[in-house]
Amino acid sequence: MREATLKVSCGDKDNAEFKTYKVPIEEGMVVLDAIHYIQAHMEPELAVRWNCKAAKCGSCSAEVNGHPSLMCKSRLDHFAEGEEITVEPIKAFPRIKDLVTDVSWNYETNKKIPPFKPKKDADWTFYQEDIERVQEFRKCIECFLCQDVCHVLRDHDRKDAFVGPRFLVRTAGLEMHPLDTDNRAEFLKDHAGIGFCNITKCCTEVCPESIHITDNAIIPLKERVVDQFYDPVLWFFRKLFGKA
Amino acid sequence: MANYETHEFDVIVIGAGGAGLRAAIEASAQGATVGLVCKSLLGKAHTVMAEGGIAAALANVDPQDGWETHFRDTMKGGKMLNNWRMAQLHAQEAPDRVKELERWGAVFDRTKEGKILQRAFGGHTWKRLCHVGDRTGLEMIRTLQDKGVHQGISIYMECTISRLLKEGNKVCGAFGYYREDGRYVLFKAKAVVLATGGVGRAFPVTSNSWEYTADGHGLAYEAGADLIDMEFVQFHPTGMVWPPGVKGLLVTEAVRGEGGILRNNKGERFMFKYLPEATKHEFADTEEEAKRWTDAAVAGTKTDARRPPELSTRDNVARAIYTEVKEGRGSPHGGAFLDISYQDSERVKKKLPSMYHQFKELADVDITQVPMEVGPTMHYIMGGVRVDADTGASRVPGLYAAGEVAGGMHGANRLGGNSLSDLVVFGRIAGLGAANYAKAQSSFSSIPEKEIQSAIDELEAPLARKGGPNPYDLQKQLNDIMGTYVGIFREEKDLETGIAGLEKLKEEIKKVSSPGSRVYNPGWHLALNLKTMMVASEAIARAALLRKESRGAHSRLDFTKTEDEYGTFNIASSDDNGKMKLDKTPLPEMPADLEKLFAKKEPAHA
Ligand SMILES: Cc1cc2nc3c(=O)[nH]c(=O)nc-3n(C[C@H](O)[C@H](O)[C@H](O)COP(=O)(O)OP(=O)(O)OC[C@H]3O[C@@H](n4cnc5c(N)ncnc54)[C@H](O)[C@@H]3O)c2cc1C
Ligand code: SF4
Ligand code: SF4
Ligand code: FES
Repeated sequence: MREATLKVSCGDKDNAEFKTYKVPIEEGMVVLDAIHYIQAHMEPELAVRWNCKAAKCGSCSAEVNGHPSLMCKSRLDHFAEGEEITVEPIKAFPRIKDLVTDVSWNYETNKKIPPFKPKKDADWTFYQEDIERVQEFRKCIECFLCQDVCHVLRDHDRKDAFVGPRFLVRTAGLEMHPLDTDNRAEFLKDHAGIGFCNITKCCTEVCPESIHITDNAIIPLKERVVDQFYDPVLWFFRKLFGKA
Repeated sequence: MANYETHEFDVIVIGAGGAGLRAAIEASAQGATVGLVCKSLLGKAHTVMAEGGIAAALANVDPQDGWETHFRDTMKGGKMLNNWRMAQLHAQEAPDRVKELERWGAVFDRTKEGKILQRAFGGHTWKRLCHVGDRTGLEMIRTLQDKGVHQGISIYMECTISRLLKEGNKVCGAFGYYREDGRYVLFKAKAVVLATGGVGRAFPVTSNSWEYTADGHGLAYEAGADLIDMEFVQFHPTGMVWPPGVKGLLVTEAVRGEGGILRNNKGERFMFKYLPEATKHEFADTEEEAKRWTDAAVAGTKTDARRPPELSTRDNVARAIYTEVKEGRGSPHGGAFLDISYQDSERVKKKLPSMYHQFKELADVDITQVPMEVGPTMHYIMGGVRVDADTGASRVPGLYAAGEVAGGMHGANRLGGNSLSDLVVFGRIAGLGAANYAKAQSSFSSIPEKEIQSAIDELEAPLARKGGPNPYDLQKQLNDIMGTYVGIFREEKDLETGIAGLEKLKEEIKKVSSPGSRVYNPGWHLALNLKTMMVASEAIARAALLRKESRGAHSRLDFTKTEDEYGTFNIASSDDNGKMKLDKTPLPEMPADLEKLFAKKEPAHA
């Protein structure tokens, strides 16, 4: 039987080491299956998050051979025969144990986004073409892989000042809802720290939901901020005649 | 003294799927202080995986629809074993709950007129399922999550409740641990709402995640509640069958709702021959008629053609596929072919995006070009905690339940889309019921230290024990028993063998040991969940043995007919001094004005 060699980063925030495991390969197997095999047969304690096994819940994020990925989508047969597969936790957040990291900062950050504020007298008629964009943003499964690769969070650790691509996507989903009336420009500028983003597009590249994070969410939001703070007349007209 | 943190809330909700979130939002809106506890991170509960849609008679697409028809479809789908009052409230309130989701920010797919779009699903007379492509659950959970967060609910993530605490006969709190570091936590509460979902991990092939270890079923049983209808386990007809790692993963019914066709290896469209006599007249009887229906559905136009036979209820379709495979007409990997590739490929990608990706990435199959291979997978449990329809109260004072963990709403078989609507309708009702109950309690109960110590001892036992059986092996043994003896078709001698196996396994489980510490230790977590899975498994097997007939999802090879006398009661399982007791309890009687709905002739089809 063919075997895969997995090097799994084990440990906590202070001490970690790679442990090597040999796992028999079944057809169609993914990295998460291999981790489950290790749990069931070798290391019952090995910590990992997962729920859906179908790329729908965003729980199983990790760095597989250095690439931010969902483990339930990473097929073993996409690696070369005999290639060692390293599995590490995502790096932008502190490790709890093995492949599990403390992502609670994301949940705290989410709370700060001003909520949906629909028109008071709306009759709730709107059309598919008005919501294509919003639906794209709402596909987000909160895997936080975009947060993981964003250099502002990962390398510069500016979690105090920048909410990261995930929450810019969420803000865009609210801002572009056809019936929303709130104005989040000030939030974007002063609290979300949108200015920290220098459009490297790393986030877009790793998004498993293929959300065009930079082009469709961040750039239009940046334009809104610019319009409002540096071109108030245009902003006023937009407010008057609709947002989009 | 034992070391644990303590929190006090008027209402504590266990579970943060659709039901738990909606319950928490309601209780909080009523002025109660609310704590919400879940085993995973917020937003990762099973609800996030729901695909096809939420059923509500909005009549946006088929104007003939109304709550009466939804009610009747639900009761007929449940083979009249449903709690009629639950089915009525569900049908009446689902439209308001869906509109409420929209007002809270959910963005459903639209009709040409700019209203919420609805699609066809098995067992529903009209196009009734509001949806967002095939990721409806994600939309719903995100909407509720964001609503809840801004309402000041306190949320405890990755925290598992292992025991309900009682003072006298009433529930007054819950005890558990954080997965992260094994720290213990006590929630003192005036009322507790269970919204823990289902039991799928007791079965070998399932669409359910690791969370579905029957926690709520077990906790309620231990606290003195009764579980009803546990013999009714839904096998979804279309799970993936290949590759092995994804066996059981769901293929949404929306594929059939959008026109997916089932064939065997001879190319035969076999569903025509499996339609039950009683409902045959509701379905197309030729491929040509089925095609007219599908063409009209795709074009969004009206037709007099009847629905394709693939849209029969899940129990029928699951048995049909099982039988085809068993009789040698299966696909190469032991399933049936489900084909949507004859439609325009851009439309398929738009309507079923996550199915497209799921097959492409996990099975190397392009569903816009070739058929999928599918077979039955354990999906949902109709049975659960018996509750009062109007308040969500169990028979234990202070204990409420809603969502998949509650029983009664779906009777012998659940219709697709009726779960998401169940969650918001009865989540709200249970949240309201619990908040009202909490208001009437003057103070928090004091909880004796020895109760807490006993909960802690139970938690620590598997870690302290050395050399006992491994929890993963025990789960595998449980899966083998349930898969072999308590599966889709049942028979007396199999069920008896299964029950004997469970009895033996119960003793083994008492010896389970898991190495390591309390810090994020999945082996330990699983060891602790074996007990609750065992409760649910035993209730399923025993109730299945007692029901000597076939009805809905319960199919007996030795009693193939549906018997009138069995249509008058539910089977209830409860704890009787450490032994499981089964009772036949009479079905609540339907009032005459609702009864009338079943005498009427079927409406003509649009
Ligand atoms: C793949 C799939 C697709 C589906 N598609 C549809 C569909 O299209 N339409 C439809 O109507 N239905 C669908 N269903 C069914 C439906 O999604 C579920 O029945 C429903 O989401 C259950 O919701 P719930 O709120 O009861 O529980 P869940 O959403 O499962 O939530 C349970 C919660 O309880 C928590 N919990 C459990 N035990 C404990 C404990 N001991 N301590 C603390 N917390 C605990 C969990 O962490 C979780 O937060 C689908 C199901 C699956 C699996
Ligand atoms: S484009 Fe902006 S948000 Fe995305 S990774 Fe680069 S800096 Fe971060
Ligand atoms: S935007 Fe994409 S990468 Fe970022 S959290 Fe959402 S799904 Fe993940
Ligand atoms: S387990 Fe849900 S995304 Fe991988």
